Amino acid sequence: MGESLVCDICGKLATVHLTQIINNQIQKVDLCEECAQQKGVTDPEGFSLADFMAKNIQSTVGPEAVQGPALVCPSCGCTPRDFKRNGRLGCPDCYEAFETLITPMLKSMHRGDHHTGKIPHEMLHRVGLRKAINRLKDQLANAVEQEKYEDAARFRDELDQLKSQSEPPAR
Amino acid sequence: MTIKPLLDANAELTSGGAPGEPIVMSSRIRLARNLDGRSFPGWAKKTQRREILSACEKAVAQLPQMQNGTVLRLDDLSELERQVLVERHLISRELSQAEDASGVIISRDQSCSIMINEEDHLRIQVLRTGRGFEDIWSIIDAIDNKLEALLDFAFSEDLGYLTACPTNLGTGMRASVMLHLPGLVMTSDMEKVIRAVNQMGMVVRGLFGEGSDATGSLFQISNQQTLGESEQEIIKRLEREAIGSIIEQEKNARARLLETKPDKVHDKIGRAYGILQNGHLLSSAEAMNHLSLLRLGIDCGFIDEQWRVVVDRLLIELQPGHIQLAAHEPIESDMRDTARARLLREEIGRIPPLSFEP
Repeated sequence: MGESLVCDICGKLATVHLTQIINNQIQKVDLCEECAQQKGVTDPEGFSLADFMAKNIQSTVGPEAVQGPALVCPSCGCTPRDFKRNGRLGCPDCYEAFETLITPMLKSMHRGDHHTGKIPHEMLHRVGLRKAINRLKDQLANAVEQEKYEDAARFRDELDQLKSQSEPPAR
Repeated sequence: MTIKPLLDANAELTSGGAPGEPIVMSSRIRLARNLDGRSFPGWAKKTQRREILSACEKAVAQLPQMQNGTVLRLDDLSELERQVLVERHLISRELSQAEDASGVIISRDQSCSIMINEEDHLRIQVLRTGRGFEDIWSIIDAIDNKLEALLDFAFSEDLGYLTACPTNLGTGMRASVMLHLPGLVMTSDMEKVIRAVNQMGMVVRGLFGEGSDATGSLFQISNQQTLGESEQEIIKRLEREAIGSIIEQEKNARARLLETKPDKVHDKIGRAYGILQNGHLLSSAEAMNHLSLLRLGIDCGFIDEQWRVVVDRLLIELQPGHIQLAAHEPIESDMRDTARARLLREEIGRIPPLSFEP
């Protein structure tokens, strides 16, 4: 089926089209003559698309970003190596953990690197409120513990106000 | 048999929806959504997947749009039942091969299905016969709003809806249309069209998505990019730049063929009619190609419009899973070809002789 006309690396006219199966998935790469040579693609025997994709990710962010032991998603334990192997991230927090890796990829993947579509306002409001309530609860507990009762009273008032806001609206 | 009631009911694609139209078979929008603070299905542990499944099922059960819908867990379905759901475009191939703790909820009219623990926690899909992204968007947007009130979705103000694969990031939306393009296939212009569409950042695929071929001259056109444009912009661009122009080109190709080689076109359609009425062994690819030509015959006025709904239904029912399910047992490929030919002889046998008079 259709091959991309433009080189995946430089955007020039692509003349080399490669398809390989990596982890049971068909992956395609379209390259111009020049980039194909530079990447050593011209030797079909020795070329592995998996390596190419891995190198390509590395070259955009520097090898230490990929191999550095520090880069692990704190929430789910996923590493850039897992991402590369599966083509999928571990959890929503991976986007923040691997920001240096993902941001350059987004530019070539999408029409922009910033969301301009739908925003779930109601949900964001609800989540924001819940976080604020939890923060106040902690502050209240701290204030009580330290016997700062004036502060505690203030926190309790604020908390009551937020809680009344978070009551589900009557429908 | 878990899915039997689904198959017996009136379905959007097989008779329940609006009557089909020339060239545009169906339109679909799907949204990818994930729960905040949970691993994506491919990375989540078994117990996490189960928690996600039941949390999502509970939320979906509260949707007014899904009342009286069917709730299915993939674990409970046989290989054959999964295949039939794929053939009806109610679940994806990926979900049909899912490990445990995956599910789908299908609306009563089968125009909406919500997959759970596919690549993302939630894949919401609304599918309609013919054209009409605006209507589909307003339906799916309302479903999404209701779910958003019940579930905390993973969302970043900068990157939008966070998805397992960065290719779906942002809107998480894939809008696609199924086009019937026998004219462009006959004039060998499809390659050119595919290239042009790719340059617009859109994708052309065969009937069953990635890797499937162009049997029946059926092609799926969809947006590739999901970030940097709003949902409306994506839909507008897909409608105007890609679909509108492809439909125009298909019409031109048909007009050109009928003007320069009318005999060839008549011959193809006539032979397809003859084979479907008289064949005794038909593979699904061959049957699809012939039915595709009959559909062209309806568009050209050689066959009465009332048969369109029959042809469109058969395009789904001739597929291997459906043939086996109708036979109430798994049957070998050549026996399927016999059963398929019998079905088509019966159904197409009712279509009166074609009239090629202008």
